[in-house]
Amino acid sequence: MKWLKDFFRTFLLVELVQGMVLTGRYLFARKITVQFPEEKTPQSNRFRGLHALRRYANGEERCIACKLCEAVCPALAITIESEQREDGTRRTTRYDIDLSKCIFCGFCEESCPVDSIVETRIFEYHAEKRSELLYTKQMLLAIGDKNEAQIAADRAQDARYR
Amino acid sequence: MAYFQDLFGDAWPLVWTLVKIVVIVMPILGAVAYLTYFERKVIGYIQVRIGPNRVGPIGLLQPIADAVKILLKEIIIPSGANKFLFVAAPVLAIAPALVAWAVVPFSPELVLSNIDASLLFILAVTSMGVYGVIVAGWASNSKYAFLGAIRSSAQIVSYEIAMGFALVGVLMVAHSLNLGQIVKGQTGSGFWSWYFVPLFPLFLVYLISGVAETNRAPFDVAEGETEIVAGFHVEYSGMTFSVFYLAEYANMILVSALCSLMFLGGWLPPFNFAPFTWIPGFLWLLLKIAFILFLFLWFRATFPRYRYDQIMRLGWKVFIPVTLVWIVVIGAWMQTPFWLW
Repeated sequence: MKWLKDFFRTFLLVELVQGMVLTGRYLFARKITVQFPEEKTPQSNRFRGLHALRRYANGEERCIACKLCEAVCPALAITIESEQREDGTRRTTRYDIDLSKCIFCGFCEESCPVDSIVETRIFEYHAEKRSELLYTKQMLLAIGDKNEAQIAADRAQDARYR
Repeated sequence: MAYFQDLFGDAWPLVWTLVKIVVIVMPILGAVAYLTYFERKVIGYIQVRIGPNRVGPIGLLQPIADAVKILLKEIIIPSGANKFLFVAAPVLAIAPALVAWAVVPFSPELVLSNIDASLLFILAVTSMGVYGVIVAGWASNSKYAFLGAIRSSAQIVSYEIAMGFALVGVLMVAHSLNLGQIVKGQTGSGFWSWYFVPLFPLFLVYLISGVAETNRAPFDVAEGETEIVAGFHVEYSGMTFSVFYLAEYANMILVSALCSLMFLGGWLPPFNFAPFTWIPGFLWLLLKIAFILFLFLWFRATFPRYRYDQIMRLGWKVFIPVTLVWIVVIGAWMQTPFWLW
């Protein structure tokens, strides 16, 4: 009897119709597409986007050129040169991040003892030439200055877990 | 009308035929363009996406943008290709898909050429379509294109037989090869007098063979993106490629039209009382074609591609026996008083 039942199940395309009923139900399901430029998906405060260099409230740059980020960077995207400033502190003269190498792992941010290099929520940026993806110290500081409020808020929110 | 007749003189029959051809072909090409849009929308919706919605309101201008884009693209002819056949192949593919419309009746009176053997004409013309695919695959001088062409020709030839037998059932019941007569034979009190009721297995065989004939999913091994890139049209670009694309969709519309004419009562309304009789017959035909086209898209969104040997097994060892048996059943049934059609 089983073979007869199987024969009719196959012959009457029962399983194919079941499949079509399933896809047919999804035809009327709520669509989950996010219309990107107009709508955006929620972002974590730990989002790892474009890098920034931060300053203290008095305007002094945080980075002390310890080169931990340069050492930890798995993609060798960070290049730092440093020298002694007139007041005797060690500061960077050069802080480059090659974004074409960077893998956005966030190790630089984790390794930084003074919370200087951070990754922001910015992800909508582009370059028309390869060389434009080489971010210099001035550019990174400018990004930090522009987004300090958001960066500080995100760090404060995450402070309990760090 | 008389004025134009005088204007063209002896050339008038030619001009008048050309006008009629344009009147039929233009809406078909428009329908093809919007079928691609419809396909992307339907499949998008089934995959819980939205589909094209950027060009124009709800993406309605998308096909036009696509057409403009593809018109401006470069046509690359591979250096190893046979140039004449390479360019002729897309023409061979689309010509039968359009020619067959000559005998398709849109309403009891509206048909370009009301010939008695129109079913035979359609069978003859649509089976020419496979030459476009074979020639394209051969002329490209490429392994993948050639594999696609071989697969497609074997598949189309196999399913042509099952399709032909399905049509034999129709002409047995209708006592006519004329498509107009076939539809008139389905006149009755409602949808139960259409031929898909007594010929249900043949209807299914015809529909599935139609999907296979047009190389649509789940029988699209001729293209088979995951196996042989794009099959027979892998070397084509620009307008030559888009003509293949047009041919595929024109064939889909043709198969749907034939299916609705032969099995779903063409321009006849499903119920013989108001408000169904208020809708003109032409619109009923369009609705039926649209429904079958929707089935094509639904199939594509639902079923994974058949393996090649499974396609062959289905064609030869399932469809042909089924059609043969059902033709005999119909033949016997028609001799009994239980035959109501």
